[in-house]
Amino acid sequence: MHGYRGKILRINLSDHTFRTEPLDKEKALRYIGGRGLGSKIMSEEVDPKVGAFDPENKVIIATGPLTGTPTPAGGRYMVVTKSPLTGTIASSNSGGFWGSELKFAGYDLLILEGKSPKPVNIFIHDDEVTIRDAGHVWGKTTTETTEALVKEAPDKAKVLCIGPAGEKLSKIAAVMNDINRAAGRSGVGAVVGSKNLKAIVVKGSSKPEIAQAEKLKEVVKQSRLKLKENGVTGQGLPTYGTAVLVNIINESGVFPTNNFQTTYFDKAENISGEHLAENFLIKRESCFACPIACGRYTKADDIEGGGPEYETIWAFGAACGVDDMKSVIKANYWCNEMGMDTISAGVTIAAAMELYQRGKIKDEEIDEGLSLKWGDAASMVEWTRKMGLRDGMVADRMAEGSYRLAESFGMPEVAMAVKKQELPAYDPRGIRGQGLQYATSNRGGCHVRGYMISPEILGLPEKLDRFAIDGKAEWVKIFQDLTAYIDSTGLCLFTSFAIDVKGYADLLNAVVGTSFTDAEVLESGDRIWNLERDYNLKAGIDPSQDTLPKRLLKDPIPDGPSKGNVTRLEEMLPKYYEIRGWTEKGIPRAETLEKLGI
Amino acid sequence: MVVTVRLFATLREGRDKVIQLELDSGSTPGDVIDQLGISQKDVAILLVNGRDGQMDQVLSSQDTVSLFPPVGGG
Ligand code: SF4
Repeated sequence: MHGYRGKILRINLSDHTFRTEPLDKEKALRYIGGRGLGSKIMSEEVDPKVGAFDPENKVIIATGPLTGTPTPAGGRYMVVTKSPLTGTIASSNSGGFWGSELKFAGYDLLILEGKSPKPVNIFIHDDEVTIRDAGHVWGKTTTETTEALVKEAPDKAKVLCIGPAGEKLSKIAAVMNDINRAAGRSGVGAVVGSKNLKAIVVKGSSKPEIAQAEKLKEVVKQSRLKLKENGVTGQGLPTYGTAVLVNIINESGVFPTNNFQTTYFDKAENISGEHLAENFLIKRESCFACPIACGRYTKADDIEGGGPEYETIWAFGAACGVDDMKSVIKANYWCNEMGMDTISAGVTIAAAMELYQRGKIKDEEIDEGLSLKWGDAASMVEWTRKMGLRDGMVADRMAEGSYRLAESFGMPEVAMAVKKQELPAYDPRGIRGQGLQYATSNRGGCHVRGYMISPEILGLPEKLDRFAIDGKAEWVKIFQDLTAYIDSTGLCLFTSFAIDVKGYADLLNAVVGTSFTDAEVLESGDRIWNLERDYNLKAGIDPSQDTLPKRLLKDPIPDGPSKGNVTRLEEMLPKYYEIRGWTEKGIPRAETLEKLGI
Repeated sequence: MVVTVRLFATLREGRDKVIQLELDSGSTPGDVIDQLGISQKDVAILLVNGRDGQMDQVLSSQDTVSLFPPVGGG
């Protein structure tokens, strides 16, 4: 097999047994790998109605056929499972070097089943697999765990682990790898924790084979050139990282502030990418085989580490009314160390601040020395740490995510979440296509299921009127489908600023030896999308959940450049259902599923 | 008339972040970038008062022009 390693490693944590299985190549090509193939296996093996923390839920760690190959930014893997946060199928993506190392060890996928009677680590060194006691690292942070486990492994082994948040089943816990890379969203880290699995340490020593090596050299050269010549991937991201978005999103008046109560943050300059680069950046960081190197490594006082990314800066910044970059860096650090999703953590604190503002959380309920006042940066950092440890009544509820927190204080509408997952850093009232995307995302509130910011704000591949309704359903569908494909190949989504559908087909074809056309690339994405939708429906996620928080539907933006707008979701949703081949109620039609071979 | 020009990312190199410009009436964002010595190809995103702008649109007094090089992320 080319691109793929042809092997799945299945580990039963209940009885500590494991076995390898051949990869079904036909199935793999229909679902590509990563998110697609992981979801397909979930649909075959895990009852959609299962509880996320039941031992019957599985965690599928899936690379793509391009992971660990010379393709640019081809180092990604996906964690696919049923989410404790949303109740949907979840797939969370991460970069770094762990995913490619798993490929080098000879595996396309790991399937983790059951529940270990006590905490364990898995060590994989090519064919050698051992399951060892994790008592000495249970309770430890990401850095402590990683540093301890590399000493027990072959040289240059890579570590994936959960932090205390995952152990304590926080519904916003992440899976971490290479210390500061995160499969962040949807609480996938908690599912790993529920299985009493702390870490997976991998070392591999062989590379995937390439079907057309000469051809691949040429295609890689072209793609690298495209990435270099593109302003975003060649200049913007390398120079400023993702944080460069702070100012453009704020200037457009769609930078949610104080938990989406307003959308223009007058102190945005203090948390901008420009400010970060000038004052806190120590070095740039890259993932496996990535020429873009958008990663940041920063330092504030005695704390240093990877990040913060744009979304993180926003969540701990404007969303909480905070304009102190040092505190943002510290909160980001605690998320990495505790193993928590930065978007969900920041937005959950913002929800708590609004609950306090509205008198739902009382002064006497707040831990001594802390506050929930907008802009209290020092408290925000401490809340983040406490949330990771479930330390105290409010922090314990925060660890459940914004929706459950707000519901427990009697005001669920304060949660800025879709399908109970916290929304990211773009107010959809001024970016209509993004609103439709949020509402229909298969894992709830999320920007990387279809990044409509690209055409609606950044003008890539072409500039759309962000307030228009017409044509948005079609754009959202194409973006969602292409993203599902990219997420399944093992490439980083950021390559899509520069590489087009044909470029993606060329990369896959040269590595795997297939002959995917542009249409087949998009069709595979459509198939994956519908498979996820079908799973969610069977899980009981009703189409009535294809919606947005009431604030975004009903309350016009109060001021700033996007003043006066609401989302107008109901005007776009019927068209979206129609072009997806779904009924007007949002259910995939039998002929749609049949056409896609689901 | 006076317009406010806000510059971001690499467009700030060698320039102030915020510049007040005195312009003839009928001036456009194209005139603004000429006056600041910025090449049109370096401007990927142009906003006038936070809304998508055009290089040849006529500006009014008190307008804010925001200029960005290619930026992205997510
Ligand atoms: S673009 Fe950034 S996130 Fe993507 S692979 Fe490269 S360094 Fe990693």
